[in-house]
Amino acid sequence: MAFKIIASQCTQCGACEFECPSGAIKFKGEAYVINAEKCTECKDTFDTQQCASVCPVEMTCVPA
Amino acid sequence: MEPAIWEKVKDHPCYSEEAHHYFARMHVAVAPACNIQCNYCNRKFDCANESRPGVVSEKLTPDQAVRKVIAVANVVPQLSVIGIAGPGDACFDWNKTKATFERIVNEIPDLKLCISTNGLALPDHVAELCDMNVDHVTITINMVDPEVGARIYPWIFYKHRRHTGVEAARILHERQMLGLEMLAARGILTKVNSVMIPGVNDEHLIEVNKWVKQRGAFLHNIMPLISNREHGTHYGLTGQRGPRAMELKALQDRLEGGAKLMRHCRQCRADAVGLLGDDRGQEFTLDQISDEVTYDASRREAYREVVARERGDRAAAKSEATELVKGADSGKSLLIAVASKGGGRVNAHFGHAREFQIYEASPEGISLVGHRTVEQYCLGGWGEDATLKGVIAALEGIDVVLCAKIGDSPKTQLRAAGIRAMDDYGYEHIETAISTVYAAESGAKPLAATA
Repeated sequence: MAFKIIASQCTQCGACEFECPSGAIKFKGEAYVINAEKCTECKDTFDTQQCASVCPVEMTCVPA
Repeated sequence: MEPAIWEKVKDHPCYSEEAHHYFARMHVAVAPACNIQCNYCNRKFDCANESRPGVVSEKLTPDQAVRKVIAVANVVPQLSVIGIAGPGDACFDWNKTKATFERIVNEIPDLKLCISTNGLALPDHVAELCDMNVDHVTITINMVDPEVGARIYPWIFYKHRRHTGVEAARILHERQMLGLEMLAARGILTKVNSVMIPGVNDEHLIEVNKWVKQRGAFLHNIMPLISNREHGTHYGLTGQRGPRAMELKALQDRLEGGAKLMRHCRQCRADAVGLLGDDRGQEFTLDQISDEVTYDASRREAYREVVARERGDRAAAKSEATELVKGADSGKSLLIAVASKGGGRVNAHFGHAREFQIYEASPEGISLVGHRTVEQYCLGGWGEDATLKGVIAALEGIDVVLCAKIGDSPKTQLRAAGIRAMDDYGYEHIETAISTVYAAESGAKPLAATA
């Protein structure tokens, strides 16, 4: 279970990187990428996925 | 104005109309992350040819920003202020804002630091802003009624969750008021920006003006909504229009006497560089800046001496001109568009002007009441008729145009539109030229030229 970022829609604002409670999001090469091994989908931490909640573009941080 | 306040604003082009004739600001786009969505903002939009808030052509890391600041300070002697104004929110993307300011102060300690924010995360960082000597903060406040806010903000991200509708607007409103009060209590000068959205918050901004005045705002800046289908914003796509220049002026005029209004805003980009009316950002893209830059203070220091002299002259000229206009006893009011390249003088050619500063001369005196952006009419000596039509449309309601030089053909066409263009006062102080025109209209004796 993990989320992913659809790179073609991403504005690269970086908000998800510092909001992610698991440190799962990093800027790699030319895009922000979610490390599926670290991503918990915010289960047990928050009600909603932080990356998807803060992302300015709808349907850009989505279930992998 | 109190001496302590004057000390804070005298080199800040946005907080002092007088200073904007002499000093330049630079925005560094280090804070792209935002915690709210506004209906006038499209976060995907990115274009070098647009001039409006939030738009940048490249984002910077704090290190890149410091290099860029040094490169600009070395060749733009007017530089006095570094601002962080997006494209996201300076308080939400706080670590980058903080790192950037700390490094800049290390390199060039006399630069003023300034941020703009939507206010949601502001109360969390007021103490640190104070510690870093950030003494100018702009908060964008478009409403004090959450019902109005719900039509401007589709959502906010606060305390780890997304809020929508009236609830979102209420939280934002409470945080904005708290932030404003905290800043005022610490003596940080606060400017409030409000976007005027016809049919949504235009009348409501009268209420906003009262609220922010009560809570200690130093300046209130009413900005026209910029809305266009191509921008891909919610307002653009749904056909929400911005106000016409004369509608904006009418609202601003109704607010005189409340919180002091900023009338010289140019709604600049989040990566603007230079005097407010003359963006030089395209000269300082990262690819034009070398990896190793060292600060050289000489140009900025020399320029400060020039300004100190010019300013004294100009203040004297302005007060004489104001007396002349007040004493003319004509009861008339004139709207005058001035082509200026800076320095507070009528010194731009009509065809080269990309904007006109709009002054009003009336029995109350002479005041800057706004500006009008135009397309440059003359490129390489050729004037384009279609462009001139656009310029004439942009000058709606204007009685007189003052410029350093104008050709016979545009002069005749302006005349046909009811606008008198004059180049008889080229290179004079703006207020002196205006008072001479005003006096001639009302039969009073004009001042001697001071240029």
